[in-house]
Amino acid sequence: MKFLRNIWIVLALATACSLGTYAGATLTGAGSTWVYPLVAKWAATYQKLTGTEVNYQSIGSGGGIAQIKAGTVAFGASDMPLKPEDLKAAGLIQFPTAVAGAAMSYNLSGIASGKLILTGPVIADIYLGKIKKWNDPAIEKLNPGLKLPDMNITVVHRSDGSGTTFTFTNYLSKISPEWKEKVGSNTSVAWPVGVGGKGSEGVASYVQRIPGSIGYVEYAYILETHGSYARMINSAGKVVSPTLQGFQDASAHVDWANAQDFYVILTNQPGPDTWPISGCTWQILRKNAPKETNMQVMKFFDWGFEHGQQMAKSIAFGPLPPSTVEAIKAYWKKELGYSI
Amino acid sequence: MNGSDVAVQRGMRPASDQPKSVSRPWRLSADFLFHKAAVFAAFLAAATLFAIVIAITYDSWPAIQTFGIWRFLKSSEWDPVTQTFGAFPFIVGTLVSSAIAMLLAVPLSFGIAVFIAEIAPVWIKRPVASAIELLAAIPSIVYGLWGLLVFAPVFAKIEPWISDHLGAIPGIGSLFQGPPMGIGMLTAGIVLAIMVLPYISSIMRDVFLIVPSSLRESAYAMGATTWEVAWQIILPYTRSAVIGGIFLGLGRALGETMAVTFVIGNSNVLSSSLLMPGATIPSVLANEFTEATTKLYLSSLIYLGLILIAVTLAVQFLAVLLIRRLGRREGTLA
Amino acid sequence: MSVYSVHARRRVIDVASKILMGAATLVGVFFLFWILWTTLKFGLAGMHWSLFTQDTPPPGTDAFGLRNAFVGSLILLGLSMLIGVPIGLMGGTWLAEYGFRSRTANLVRFINDIMLSAPSIEIGLFAYAIVVAPMGHFSAFAGSVALAILMIPIIVRTTDEMLSLVGSDMREAAVALGAPAWVVITKVTWKAGRAGILTGILIGLARITGETAPLLFTALNNQFFSTNLFRPMANIPMVIFEFALSPYANWQQMAWAAAFIAVAFVLVLSLVARSFLGKVQVPK
Repeated sequence: MKFLRNIWIVLALATACSLGTYAGATLTGAGSTWVYPLVAKWAATYQKLTGTEVNYQSIGSGGGIAQIKAGTVAFGASDMPLKPEDLKAAGLIQFPTAVAGAAMSYNLSGIASGKLILTGPVIADIYLGKIKKWNDPAIEKLNPGLKLPDMNITVVHRSDGSGTTFTFTNYLSKISPEWKEKVGSNTSVAWPVGVGGKGSEGVASYVQRIPGSIGYVEYAYILETHGSYARMINSAGKVVSPTLQGFQDASAHVDWANAQDFYVILTNQPGPDTWPISGCTWQILRKNAPKETNMQVMKFFDWGFEHGQQMAKSIAFGPLPPSTVEAIKAYWKKELGYSI
Repeated sequence: MNGSDVAVQRGMRPASDQPKSVSRPWRLSADFLFHKAAVFAAFLAAATLFAIVIAITYDSWPAIQTFGIWRFLKSSEWDPVTQTFGAFPFIVGTLVSSAIAMLLAVPLSFGIAVFIAEIAPVWIKRPVASAIELLAAIPSIVYGLWGLLVFAPVFAKIEPWISDHLGAIPGIGSLFQGPPMGIGMLTAGIVLAIMVLPYISSIMRDVFLIVPSSLRESAYAMGATTWEVAWQIILPYTRSAVIGGIFLGLGRALGETMAVTFVIGNSNVLSSSLLMPGATIPSVLANEFTEATTKLYLSSLIYLGLILIAVTLAVQFLAVLLIRRLGRREGTLA
Repeated sequence: MSVYSVHARRRVIDVASKILMGAATLVGVFFLFWILWTTLKFGLAGMHWSLFTQDTPPPGTDAFGLRNAFVGSLILLGLSMLIGVPIGLMGGTWLAEYGFRSRTANLVRFINDIMLSAPSIEIGLFAYAIVVAPMGHFSAFAGSVALAILMIPIIVRTTDEMLSLVGSDMREAAVALGAPAWVVITKVTWKAGRAGILTGILIGLARITGETAPLLFTALNNQFFSTNLFRPMANIPMVIFEFALSPYANWQQMAWAAAFIAVAFVLVLSLVARSFLGKVQVPK
């Protein structure tokens, strides 16, 4: 029984340790995998500078919304903005973080990254299961110079609730009435075909592994994994690549300052170089969370807005314009009654 | 006297020595506390099962009220956008992947058990038995990891052969058609089979070894072959426990989460082909639980959990019942 | 049908079945070695000294670190033992020393056997419902509760069986000397059966080491080092889950390294448990 007694001693010590760690602040956040690379980078530097740990779990935007509603985290990150009525009903506020874009990643051995060109309607038909093979006439028409194989298209989508899914399906709903009617747009939808990967990591991973597959992933992940991305034809009819400029162009066409609760959608925006599947991530806070918690969250993101822009750009996240940052600070003061 | 209580219970003193109606003094003694602590612990261990069922039923009540029982079980629509949920694809996925696992694991387990019990020379018995038991020690997430990163790519090379040859058989051919992704219902079934193999085979092996040698030797003496002894003497004798072991393996296969989540492909759409992706109740729980944004969504997921626990409890109830029946019958002839 | 053809047919069936059964065994052993071999190969490739000194790195770096996951897993295991071992031990003791073969005791054993194979994801759901939801956040404590519930049936069963094996001559001697019941149990019976009890605890530990599903909705994960029991805590299974599905090369290597260490840990525990089992006295 000495063994058991020793276990008791060890655990009493562990409990003592745990009580000690209340001294350094820890913030728990959860949600969007889209914004995870950015928050993780900011958090690592922030911890070195201030000692505050921001522990972010990328469980998907749906998860972020669920957890902040339940109050189990300090902030929830979602690529799908909540409607003002929903925010009010749940006692929440939201503000944007940075803009980015999603692109179609594919696995075709003969075709280098950036060579494949797709349009919104074609992607919608692929995801509806109407276009089944890579050498379908619709795809060949867009890519006259490419030799497309006679291979089945394996569609990859998200298996978890995701704001990237929302952005992607929002775009598809805008340009394909059939998609809008059959499937619709949300963080989680009833996919007609395809394999589900968990998190953007899961989708990127499946696309890496399965020949002839296609999936929608945040551009940051494609950069990270050196995956192949497809170019697209935007609403202005031009062939564009996913670039930081393309995402920021989408953002420039939106009126941030006057949008209620910053509810804006960035997909399919006009402009010659705009990237069609652009999006943003919002951070959601609870109004009646402890003041100290909300202050810590606001301090962290304010630091990010102020000092984290280079880090953001290095992973293809576009910073918000300064006027929007000011509007965010005013919003905090107005909604919570206090600000940093 | 306190120590005498234990002694009386064990019948170590003749019953006539102890008056039956002696009333024990109610004292806050160490014996009393120890006994009550032990009772409480045993009660806790047993009551947890009921607590689990009650808690899960309570949390799935909103979904039960909205969708009813029959409609939920039959509906194939799992749509968070319109907040309509139905369990059918997941029930089918769970049953099909487990069925594949059992179809593969049971004959293999039988073969292994008979091999160890009857055929193998003495010096092979222990190492092989230990090796098979080691399969049970591997954590399920390692099975998932291996399944996705090692087995699936290899299986993706075998799948074209399967869809070309088995897919051409009229009738059941549609079961084997699809792109060679390496992951899917069949892969999940195979990985599950390897996972439940040690449980079934070790139960079979244990009961095969306790078959009275008088039975086996008299059969051999009459000229029976090893196969005939295994099939006609050993198996009928251990029938209850063998079926119990099979149910135990089935219970495990039904409830397995991590290995399946990695390799099943996570598609909530019912497909007629085993080569296509699917989903099981545990895999959809693992994938979607932390993201259920509405109360109805969460409650529907827990409703799925309720269905799963109802099925696995029924299966395990039968398993334990059958395995115990043989234990009690030890020594009597079939 | 002539005698000879019947005889030949029986011979053929016998030989064919022996070959098939040998093949079945080979299949089982083959998969075992395949899984262990790949775990070893990729796991060793991912091993770095920094795994034990650095914490899990954010995506997009080339660092290797698993320190917070190792410490977190040890804390979770320790806390689960703290909760599970007393309950399991006392429960098994009640069955062996107070309940014997009574109807209540047999009912408890029956329910316990069912709990032995309860799906671990259901137990995770239960822990979410009774710990995470009321508490308002994920915590290592909730994870330990879930793991303890998984561990208790194993300890109850082995304690019950091992204590029943302890000969009554020692108990009778203690009672004859005037020892109260609780002293007989703790100082004599437990001591005599300690090898078996320890075996049960080790087997229980081995079982919960690799369990991921119960932690999905309870302890979650933590990219930083934390010993706070009331917050999410990093742990090996969840790290493997997260890293294995990622597209980052260093994360995937770390997933294998963690898997290798988990498998090695479980195998060592099982071997130690088995050696203890050898010391258990078995009645003639």
